[in-house]
Amino acid sequence: MLTRRVIPCLDVDAGRVVKGVSFVDLRDAGDPAELAALYDSEGADELVFLDITASSDNRDTMVDVVRRVSSEVFIPLTVGGGIRTVDDMRRMLEAGADKVGVNSAAISDPDLISRCSKEFGAQCVVLAIDAKRVINPAILNIEGELPQLAESPWQVFTHGGRRPTAVDPVKWAKLAEKLGAGEILLTSMDADGQRTGYDLQLTAAVSENVGIPVIASGGAGEMEHFYDALETGKADAVLAASLFHFGELRVSEVKSYLAERSIPVRGA
Amino acid sequence: MSARIAIINTRAANLHSVSKALEKVGASAEVTSDPEALKNAAGVVLPGVGASDAVMRAINSQGFAGPVKKYAASGRPLLCICVGMQVLFDGSDEGEIPALGLLAGRVERFPRDLREDGKRLKVPHMGWNLVKFTPEAASDSVFSGIPQDSYFYFVHSYRCLPADPSVIAGTTRYGEDVCAAVLSGEVAGTQFHPEKSGDLGLEIYRNFVRRVG
Repeated sequence: MLTRRVIPCLDVDAGRVVKGVSFVDLRDAGDPAELAALYDSEGADELVFLDITASSDNRDTMVDVVRRVSSEVFIPLTVGGGIRTVDDMRRMLEAGADKVGVNSAAISDPDLISRCSKEFGAQCVVLAIDAKRVINPAILNIEGELPQLAESPWQVFTHGGRRPTAVDPVKWAKLAEKLGAGEILLTSMDADGQRTGYDLQLTAAVSENVGIPVIASGGAGEMEHFYDALETGKADAVLAASLFHFGELRVSEVKSYLAERSIPVRGA
Repeated sequence: MSARIAIINTRAANLHSVSKALEKVGASAEVTSDPEALKNAAGVVLPGVGASDAVMRAINSQGFAGPVKKYAASGRPLLCICVGMQVLFDGSDEGEIPALGLLAGRVERFPRDLREDGKRLKVPHMGWNLVKFTPEAASDSVFSGIPQDSYFYFVHSYRCLPADPSVIAGTTRYGEDVCAAVLSGEVAGTQFHPEKSGDLGLEIYRNFVRRVG
Protein backbone atom coordinates (compact mmCIF):
# COMPACT_ATOMS: atom_id res chain seq x y z
CA MET A 1 0.00 0.00 0.00
CA LEU A 2 1.21 3.46 -0.88
CA THR A 3 2.28 5.32 2.23
CA ARG A 4 1.56 8.94 3.13
CA ARG A 5 4.63 11.11 3.07
CA VAL A 6 6.15 13.34 5.76
CA ILE A 7 8.27 16.06 4.21
CA PRO A 8 10.55 18.57 5.95
CA CYS A 9 10.95 21.85 4.10
CA LEU A 10 14.19 23.83 4.16
CA ASP A 11 14.39 27.49 3.27
CA VAL A 12 17.68 28.32 1.62
CA ASP A 13 19.15 31.80 1.32
CA ALA A 14 22.43 32.23 -0.51
CA GLY A 15 23.31 28.59 -0.04
CA ARG A 16 22.51 28.35 3.66
CA VAL A 17 19.49 26.96 5.47
CA VAL A 18 17.78 29.79 7.31
CA LYS A 19 15.04 30.09 9.93
CA GLY A 20 16.21 28.94 13.31
CA VAL A 21 17.68 25.54 12.87
CA SER A 22 18.69 24.25 16.27
CA PHE A 23 19.67 20.62 16.09
CA VAL A 24 22.19 19.70 18.70
CA ASP A 25 23.69 16.88 16.68
CA LEU A 26 24.72 18.98 13.74
CA ARG A 27 28.14 20.50 13.38
CA ASP A 28 26.77 23.21 11.16
CA ALA A 29 23.03 23.79 11.39
CA GLY A 30 23.06 26.02 8.34
CA ASP A 31 24.52 23.46 5.97
CA PRO A 32 21.80 22.10 3.64
CA ALA A 33 23.57 18.80 2.97
CA GLU A 34 24.12 18.07 6.63
CA LEU A 35 20.55 18.87 7.58
CA ALA A 36 19.26 16.84 4.63
CA ALA A 37 21.27 13.83 5.77
CA LEU A 38 19.88 14.17 9.28
CA TYR A 39 16.28 14.29 8.07
CA ASP A 40 16.97 11.32 5.83
CA SER A 41 18.27 9.34 8.80
CA GLU A 42 15.11 10.20 10.72
CA GLY A 43 12.93 8.75 8.00
CA ALA A 44 11.92 11.81 5.97
CA ASP A 45 10.18 10.58 2.82
CA GLU A 46 11.27 13.49 0.68
CA LEU A 47 12.81 16.91 1.11
CA VAL A 48 11.67 20.26 -0.20
CA PHE A 49 14.20 23.04 -0.70
CA LEU A 50 12.81 26.49 -1.14
CA ASP A 51 15.15 29.09 -2.58
CA ILE A 52 14.24 32.33 -0.86
CA THR A 53 17.24 34.21 -2.21
CA ALA A 54 16.02 37.57 -3.30
CA SER A 55 18.53 38.28 -6.03
CA SER A 56 18.86 36.16 -9.13
CA ASP A 57 22.66 36.36 -8.87
CA ASN A 58 22.44 33.67 -6.28
CA ARG A 59 20.63 31.14 -8.44
CA ASP A 60 23.93 29.41 -9.15
CA THR A 61 24.38 28.95 -5.43
CA MET A 62 21.10 27.02 -5.29
CA VAL A 63 22.23 24.78 -8.14
CA ASP A 64 25.34 23.98 -6.11
CA VAL A 65 23.24 23.23 -3.04
CA VAL A 66 21.07 20.81 -5.02
CA ARG A 67 24.13 19.15 -6.53
CA ARG A 68 25.76 18.70 -3.14
CA VAL A 69 22.64 17.40 -1.40
CA SER A 70 21.75 14.96 -4.19
CA SER A 71 25.25 13.51 -4.09
CA GLU A 72 24.85 12.61 -0.45
CA VAL A 73 21.19 11.99 0.16
CA PHE A 74 19.29 9.39 -1.83
CA ILE A 75 15.66 10.34 -1.32
CA PRO A 76 13.53 12.54 -3.58
CA LEU A 77 14.28 16.25 -3.63
CA THR A 78 11.90 18.99 -4.70
CA VAL A 79 13.30 22.44 -5.38
CA GLY A 80 11.26 25.61 -5.68
CA GLY A 81 11.65 29.35 -5.70
CA GLY A 82 12.33 31.65 -8.61
CA ILE A 83 11.69 29.09 -11.36
CA ARG A 84 10.54 31.02 -14.43
CA THR A 85 11.51 29.03 -17.51
CA VAL A 86 11.95 25.52 -18.86
CA ASP A 87 15.70 26.12 -18.66
CA ASP A 88 15.48 27.10 -14.97
CA MET A 89 13.80 23.78 -14.38
CA ARG A 90 16.32 21.89 -16.49
CA ARG A 91 19.23 23.30 -14.47
CA MET A 92 17.68 22.11 -11.21
CA LEU A 93 16.88 18.66 -12.59
CA GLU A 94 20.37 18.29 -14.01
CA ALA A 95 21.81 19.26 -10.65
CA GLY A 96 19.91 16.37 -9.08
CA ALA A 97 16.44 17.63 -8.17
CA ASP A 98 13.66 15.15 -8.84
CA LYS A 99 10.82 17.63 -8.90
CA VAL A 100 10.73 21.35 -9.40
CA GLY A 101 8.10 23.70 -8.05
CA VAL A 102 6.67 26.62 -10.00
CA ASN A 103 4.53 29.32 -8.44
CA SER A 104 4.40 32.99 -9.45
CA ALA A 105 5.68 32.46 -12.99
CA ALA A 106 2.93 29.92 -13.67
CA ILE A 107 0.23 32.38 -12.66
CA SER A 108 1.36 34.93 -15.25
CA ASP A 109 2.17 32.21 -17.78
CA PRO A 110 0.14 29.02 -17.11
CA ASP A 111 1.51 27.43 -20.27
CA LEU A 112 4.88 27.20 -18.46
CA ILE A 113 3.39 24.15 -16.74
CA SER A 114 2.65 22.41 -20.05
CA ARG A 115 6.03 23.27 -21.52
CA CYS A 116 7.86 21.87 -18.49
CA SER A 117 5.60 18.84 -18.37
CA LYS A 118 6.16 18.03 -22.04
CA GLU A 119 9.87 18.43 -21.66
CA PHE A 120 10.45 16.50 -18.44
CA GLY A 121 7.23 14.64 -17.66
CA ALA A 122 4.40 15.53 -15.30
CA GLN A 123 6.11 13.79 -12.37
CA CYS A 124 8.78 16.53 -12.32
CA VAL A 125 6.37 19.45 -12.22
CA VAL A 126 5.02 20.61 -8.87
CA LEU A 127 2.64 23.54 -8.77
CA ALA A 128 3.10 25.50 -5.56
CA ILE A 129 0.01 27.42 -4.49
CA ASP A 130 -0.03 29.99 -1.70
CA ALA A 131 -3.63 30.64 -0.73
CA LYS A 132 -5.40 32.82 1.78
CA ARG A 133 -8.96 33.20 2.93
CA VAL A 134 -10.71 36.15 1.36
CA ILE A 135 -11.92 38.48 4.07
CA ASN A 136 -13.22 41.34 2.04
CA PRO A 137 -12.26 41.37 -1.62
CA ALA A 138 -13.18 45.01 -1.90
CA ILE A 139 -10.35 46.15 0.35
CA LEU A 140 -7.72 44.05 -1.37
CA ASN A 141 -7.21 46.46 -4.23
CA ILE A 142 -6.80 43.75 -6.82
CA GLU A 143 -6.44 44.72 -10.42
CA GLY A 144 -8.67 43.11 -12.97
CA GLU A 145 -11.89 41.26 -12.58
CA LEU A 146 -12.79 39.13 -9.64
CA PRO A 147 -15.32 36.66 -10.97
CA GLN A 148 -13.83 33.69 -9.19
CA LEU A 149 -13.46 35.40 -5.86
CA ALA A 150 -17.16 35.89 -5.58
CA GLU A 151 -17.53 32.12 -5.44
CA SER A 152 -14.40 31.10 -3.61
CA PRO A 153 -13.49 31.51 0.05
CA TRP A 154 -9.80 31.58 -0.91
CA GLN A 155 -7.55 33.44 -3.28
CA VAL A 156 -4.09 32.74 -4.61
CA PHE A 157 -1.16 35.01 -3.75
CA THR A 158 2.15 35.14 -5.60
CA HIS A 159 5.64 36.55 -5.04
CA GLY A 160 6.13 34.95 -1.67
CA GLY A 161 2.63 35.89 -0.55
CA ARG A 162 3.06 39.58 -1.24
CA ARG A 163 0.90 39.90 -4.32
CA PRO A 164 -2.82 39.04 -4.37
CA THR A 165 -4.42 37.61 -7.49
CA ALA A 166 -8.01 37.02 -8.53
CA VAL A 167 -7.37 33.30 -8.86
CA ASP A 168 -9.26 30.64 -6.96
CA PRO A 169 -6.86 27.94 -5.66
CA VAL A 170 -9.20 25.03 -6.34
CA LYS A 171 -9.79 26.02 -9.95
CA TRP A 172 -6.13 26.82 -10.38
CA ALA A 173 -5.14 23.37 -9.12
CA LYS A 174 -7.58 21.71 -11.52
CA LEU A 175 -6.29 23.75 -14.44
CA ALA A 176 -2.68 22.96 -13.49
CA GLU A 177 -3.47 19.25 -13.47
CA LYS A 178 -4.91 19.55 -16.96
CA LEU A 179 -1.83 21.47 -18.09
CA GLY A 180 0.43 18.70 -16.85
CA ALA A 181 1.40 19.33 -13.24
CA GLY A 182 2.15 16.11 -11.36
CA GLU A 183 1.66 17.35 -7.82
CA ILE A 184 0.32 20.30 -5.86
CA LEU A 185 2.18 21.88 -2.95
CA LEU A 186 -0.54 23.80 -1.16
CA THR A 187 0.31 26.35 1.50
CA SER A 188 -2.29 28.10 3.61
CA MET A 189 -0.98 31.58 4.32
CA ASP A 190 -3.49 31.98 7.14
CA ALA A 191 -2.26 28.88 8.93
CA ASP A 192 1.43 29.27 8.10
CA GLY A 193 3.47 29.97 11.21
CA GLN A 194 0.41 29.85 13.49
CA ARG A 195 0.95 26.28 14.66
CA THR A 196 -2.76 25.81 15.10
CA GLY A 197 -3.08 23.17 12.40
CA TYR A 198 -3.35 23.02 8.63
CA ASP A 199 -6.28 24.65 6.83
CA LEU A 200 -8.23 21.42 6.52
CA GLN A 201 -11.04 22.89 4.46
CA LEU A 202 -8.69 24.35 1.89
CA THR A 203 -6.62 21.16 1.75
CA ALA A 204 -9.67 18.93 1.31
CA ALA A 205 -11.21 21.26 -1.27
CA VAL A 206 -8.11 21.08 -3.44
CA SER A 207 -7.29 17.42 -2.83
CA GLU A 208 -10.79 16.18 -3.58
CA ASN A 209 -10.93 18.14 -6.80
CA VAL A 210 -7.73 16.91 -8.41
CA GLY A 211 -6.47 13.47 -9.39
CA ILE A 212 -2.84 14.27 -8.57
CA PRO A 213 -1.19 14.17 -5.13
CA VAL A 214 -1.48 17.17 -2.81
CA ILE A 215 1.08 18.15 -0.18
CA ALA A 216 -0.46 20.09 2.71
CA SER A 217 1.70 22.92 4.05
CA GLY A 218 1.42 25.60 6.70
CA GLY A 219 0.21 25.40 10.28
CA ALA A 220 1.67 22.23 11.79
CA GLY A 221 2.14 22.67 15.52
CA GLU A 222 1.58 19.24 17.00
CA MET A 223 1.35 15.64 15.93
CA GLU A 224 -2.39 15.58 15.64
CA HIS A 225 -2.25 18.28 12.99
CA PHE A 226 -0.41 15.92 10.63
CA TYR A 227 -3.06 13.28 11.19
CA ASP A 228 -5.86 15.76 10.58
CA ALA A 229 -4.33 17.00 7.33
CA LEU A 230 -4.07 13.45 6.02
CA GLU A 231 -7.41 12.21 7.33
CA THR A 232 -9.76 15.20 7.25
CA GLY A 233 -7.76 17.25 4.75
CA LYS A 234 -7.32 14.22 2.46
CA ALA A 235 -3.73 15.25 1.78
CA ASP A 236 -1.31 12.75 0.26
CA ALA A 237 1.66 14.23 2.07
CA VAL A 238 2.31 16.66 4.91
CA LEU A 239 5.03 19.27 5.00
CA ALA A 240 6.48 21.20 7.90
CA ALA A 241 9.47 23.46 8.37
CA SER A 242 10.14 25.21 11.66
CA LEU A 243 8.59 22.47 13.78
CA PHE A 244 11.28 20.09 12.56
CA HIS A 245 14.06 22.68 12.40
CA PHE A 246 13.65 23.66 16.01
CA GLY A 247 13.75 20.00 16.94
CA GLU A 248 10.38 20.29 18.68
CA LEU A 249 9.18 17.26 16.83
CA ARG A 250 11.24 14.64 15.08
CA VAL A 251 10.18 13.23 11.74
CA SER A 252 10.43 9.76 13.28
CA GLU A 253 8.07 10.74 16.12
CA VAL A 254 5.48 12.06 13.71
CA LYS A 255 5.65 8.87 11.67
CA SER A 256 5.31 6.62 14.71
CA TYR A 257 2.33 8.64 15.83
CA LEU A 258 0.68 8.39 12.41
CA ALA A 259 1.35 4.64 12.29
CA GLU A 260 -0.32 4.22 15.70
CA ARG A 261 -3.37 5.96 14.29
CA SER A 262 -3.42 3.56 11.32
CA ILE A 263 -2.06 5.92 8.70
CA PRO A 264 0.25 3.96 6.41
CA VAL A 265 3.76 5.40 6.67
CA ARG A 266 7.17 4.09 5.74
CA GLY A 267 9.50 2.75 8.39
CA ALA A 268 7.64 3.64 11.59
CA MET B 1 41.12 3.90 -17.89
CA SER B 2 37.58 3.91 -19.11
CA ALA B 3 34.73 3.33 -16.72
CA ARG B 4 33.56 -0.24 -16.41
CA ILE B 5 29.93 0.77 -16.10
CA ALA B 6 28.33 2.81 -18.85
CA ILE B 7 25.27 4.91 -18.06
CA ILE B 8 23.39 5.54 -21.28
CA ASN B 9 22.71 9.24 -21.76
CA THR B 10 18.94 9.13 -22.12
CA ARG B 11 18.89 12.86 -21.30
CA ALA B 12 16.63 11.85 -18.44
CA ALA B 13 16.38 13.85 -15.28
CA ASN B 14 17.79 11.11 -13.08
CA LEU B 15 21.18 10.79 -14.78
CA HIS B 16 22.89 12.71 -12.02
CA SER B 17 21.33 10.72 -9.20
CA VAL B 18 22.09 7.39 -10.89
CA SER B 19 25.75 8.41 -11.33
CA LYS B 20 25.96 9.54 -7.74
CA ALA B 21 24.38 6.35 -6.43
CA LEU B 22 26.91 4.24 -8.34
CA GLU B 23 29.70 6.47 -7.10
CA LYS B 24 28.40 6.08 -3.55
CA VAL B 25 28.68 2.28 -3.76
CA GLY B 26 32.21 2.58 -5.09
CA ALA B 27 31.66 1.91 -8.78
CA SER B 28 33.50 3.46 -11.67
CA ALA B 29 30.69 4.66 -13.91
CA GLU B 30 30.40 7.19 -16.68
CA VAL B 31 27.50 8.74 -18.56
CA THR B 32 28.02 8.06 -22.25
CA SER B 33 26.49 9.23 -25.52
CA ASP B 34 28.68 6.84 -27.50
CA PRO B 35 27.13 3.46 -28.41
CA GLU B 36 30.68 2.13 -28.91
CA ALA B 37 31.17 2.38 -25.15
CA LEU B 38 28.77 -0.55 -24.70
CA LYS B 39 31.14 -2.93 -26.49
CA ASN B 40 33.65 -3.01 -23.68
CA ALA B 41 31.41 -2.10 -20.77
CA ALA B 42 31.11 -4.68 -18.02
CA GLY B 43 27.80 -3.21 -16.91
CA VAL B 44 25.25 -0.86 -18.41
CA VAL B 45 22.55 1.27 -16.78
CA LEU B 46 19.58 2.61 -18.74
CA PRO B 47 18.00 5.42 -16.71
CA GLY B 48 14.74 7.03 -17.61
CA VAL B 49 12.27 9.54 -16.26
CA GLY B 50 9.40 11.32 -17.89
CA ALA B 51 7.96 10.36 -21.23
CA SER B 52 8.64 7.13 -23.10
CA ASP B 53 9.06 8.91 -26.44
CA ALA B 54 11.63 11.30 -24.99
CA VAL B 55 13.74 8.38 -23.79
CA MET B 56 13.32 6.47 -27.09
CA ARG B 57 14.22 9.57 -29.06
CA ALA B 58 17.41 9.92 -27.04
CA ILE B 59 18.19 6.23 -27.57
CA ASN B 60 17.48 6.30 -31.30
CA SER B 61 19.11 9.60 -32.14
CA GLN B 62 22.38 8.52 -30.55
CA GLY B 63 22.22 5.11 -32.20
CA PHE B 64 21.83 3.09 -28.99
CA ALA B 65 18.93 0.79 -29.94
CA GLY B 66 20.97 -1.87 -31.77
CA PRO B 67 23.96 -1.78 -29.40
CA VAL B 68 21.72 -2.07 -26.30
CA LYS B 69 20.00 -5.15 -27.73
CA LYS B 70 23.35 -6.65 -28.67
CA TYR B 71 24.68 -5.85 -25.20
CA ALA B 72 21.65 -7.47 -23.53
CA ALA B 73 22.11 -10.60 -25.61
CA SER B 74 25.74 -10.83 -24.46
CA GLY B 75 24.58 -11.74 -20.95
CA ARG B 76 26.36 -8.86 -19.22
CA PRO B 77 24.39 -7.02 -16.49
CA LEU B 78 21.93 -4.38 -17.64
CA LEU B 79 19.96 -2.32 -15.12
CA CYS B 80 17.00 -0.32 -16.41
CA ILE B 81 15.21 2.22 -14.27
CA CYS B 82 11.64 3.54 -14.41
CA VAL B 83 10.99 4.59 -18.01
CA GLY B 84 14.27 2.79 -18.76
CA MET B 85 12.46 -0.40 -17.75
CA GLN B 86 9.33 0.57 -19.67
CA VAL B 87 11.24 0.94 -22.95
CA LEU B 88 12.42 -2.68 -22.64
CA PHE B 89 8.91 -3.62 -23.77
CA ASP B 90 7.36 -3.36 -27.23
CA GLY B 91 5.81 0.05 -26.80
CA SER B 92 3.90 2.44 -24.60
CA ASP B 93 0.48 4.02 -24.84
CA GLU B 94 2.22 7.18 -23.70
CA GLY B 95 4.02 7.57 -27.00
CA GLU B 96 4.20 6.54 -30.60
CA ILE B 97 7.82 5.51 -31.03
CA PRO B 98 8.25 1.73 -30.84
CA ALA B 99 10.35 0.75 -27.85
CA LEU B 100 13.23 -1.73 -27.67
CA GLY B 101 11.13 -4.89 -27.61
CA LEU B 102 13.61 -6.86 -25.50
CA LEU B 103 10.65 -8.04 -23.43
CA ALA B 104 7.21 -8.83 -24.83
CA GLY B 105 4.37 -6.68 -23.61
CA ARG B 106 2.95 -3.18 -23.52
CA VAL B 107 3.05 -0.20 -21.22
CA GLU B 108 -0.30 1.36 -20.41
CA ARG B 109 -1.60 4.14 -18.22
CA PHE B 110 -3.19 3.30 -14.89
CA PRO B 111 -6.97 3.05 -15.35
CA ARG B 112 -8.84 6.33 -14.82
CA ASP B 113 -10.94 4.99 -11.99
CA LEU B 114 -8.30 3.18 -10.00
CA ARG B 115 -9.55 2.22 -6.54
CA GLU B 116 -8.30 0.58 -3.36
CA ASP B 117 -10.76 -0.23 -0.58
CA GLY B 118 -13.36 1.85 -2.38
CA LYS B 119 -11.12 4.92 -2.35
CA ARG B 120 -10.15 6.55 -5.62
CA LEU B 121 -6.40 6.50 -6.13
CA LYS B 122 -4.40 9.35 -7.54
CA VAL B 123 -2.16 9.14 -10.57
CA PRO B 124 0.86 9.47 -10.69
CA HIS B 125 1.48 6.64 -8.26
CA MET B 126 3.86 8.79 -6.25
CA GLY B 127 5.64 7.86 -3.05
CA TRP B 128 6.95 4.89 -1.09
CA ASN B 129 5.30 1.55 -1.64
CA LEU B 130 5.98 -2.05 -0.60
CA VAL B 131 7.61 -4.42 -3.05
CA LYS B 132 7.31 -8.19 -2.96
CA PHE B 133 10.05 -9.96 -4.87
CA THR B 134 9.69 -13.43 -6.34
CA PRO B 135 11.78 -16.21 -4.72
CA GLU B 136 13.85 -16.45 -7.92
CA ALA B 137 14.63 -12.73 -7.88
CA ALA B 138 15.44 -12.79 -4.18
CA SER B 139 17.83 -15.72 -4.52
CA ASP B 140 20.24 -14.66 -7.24
CA SER B 141 19.90 -11.26 -8.90
CA VAL B 142 20.37 -7.56 -8.30
CA PHE B 143 17.47 -7.96 -5.87
CA SER B 144 19.23 -10.54 -3.66
CA GLY B 145 19.19 -9.83 0.02
CA ILE B 146 16.46 -7.19 -0.17
CA PRO B 147 13.98 -8.03 2.61
CA GLN B 148 10.47 -8.92 1.44
CA ASP B 149 8.01 -6.04 1.73
CA SER B 150 10.59 -3.31 1.57
CA TYR B 151 9.66 0.25 0.69
CA PHE B 152 10.84 1.81 -2.55
CA TYR B 153 10.12 5.18 -4.11
CA PHE B 154 7.78 5.18 -7.11
CA VAL B 155 6.66 7.93 -9.39
CA HIS B 156 4.86 6.88 -12.56
CA SER B 157 1.54 7.11 -14.37
CA TYR B 158 2.13 4.20 -16.76
CA ARG B 159 2.89 0.63 -15.83
CA CYS B 160 4.34 -2.41 -17.61
CA LEU B 161 2.08 -5.28 -18.63
CA PRO B 162 4.50 -8.11 -19.51
CA ALA B 163 3.13 -10.71 -21.94
CA ASP B 164 5.19 -13.33 -20.15
CA PRO B 165 4.48 -13.12 -16.41
CA SER B 166 7.66 -15.06 -15.65
CA VAL B 167 9.75 -11.90 -16.25
CA ILE B 168 8.04 -10.18 -13.30
CA ALA B 169 10.58 -10.12 -10.47
CA GLY B 170 8.59 -8.02 -8.02
CA THR B 171 5.17 -6.47 -7.58
CA THR B 172 3.64 -3.65 -5.64
CA ARG B 173 0.01 -2.91 -4.88
CA TYR B 174 -1.74 0.16 -6.23
CA GLY B 175 -5.35 -0.63 -6.94
CA GLU B 176 -4.02 -3.71 -8.71
CA ASP B 177 -0.85 -5.78 -8.68
CA VAL B 178 1.68 -3.58 -10.42
CA CYS B 179 4.86 -4.84 -12.05
CA ALA B 180 7.57 -3.24 -9.88
CA ALA B 181 10.60 -5.11 -11.19
CA VAL B 182 11.52 -7.38 -14.09
CA LEU B 183 14.26 -9.90 -14.59
CA SER B 184 15.30 -11.85 -17.66
CA GLY B 185 18.75 -13.34 -17.39
CA GLU B 186 21.04 -10.41 -16.53
CA VAL B 187 18.54 -7.85 -17.77
CA ALA B 188 16.96 -6.26 -14.69
CA GLY B 189 14.49 -3.42 -14.48
CA THR B 190 12.83 -1.46 -11.71
CA GLN B 191 9.73 0.68 -11.99
CA PHE B 192 10.76 2.36 -8.73
CA HIS B 193 13.84 4.54 -8.34
CA PRO B 194 16.56 2.71 -6.41
CA GLU B 195 18.66 5.90 -6.50
CA LYS B 196 15.86 7.63 -4.56
CA SER B 197 15.00 4.79 -2.20
CA GLY B 198 17.54 5.31 0.54
CA ASP B 199 19.81 2.53 1.78
CA LEU B 200 17.84 -0.36 0.27
CA GLY B 201 17.93 1.33 -3.10
CA LEU B 202 21.69 1.68 -2.83
CA GLU B 203 21.81 -2.03 -1.97
CA ILE B 204 20.40 -2.79 -5.43
CA TYR B 205 23.17 -0.72 -7.00
CA ARG B 206 25.69 -2.54 -4.81
CA ASN B 207 24.33 -5.88 -6.03
CA PHE B 208 24.50 -4.66 -9.59
CA VAL B 209 28.12 -3.59 -9.20
CA ARG B 210 28.92 -6.99 -7.66
CA ARG B 211 27.42 -8.76 -10.65
CA VAL B 212 29.40 -6.55 -12.99
CA GLY B 213 32.41 -8.02 -11.18
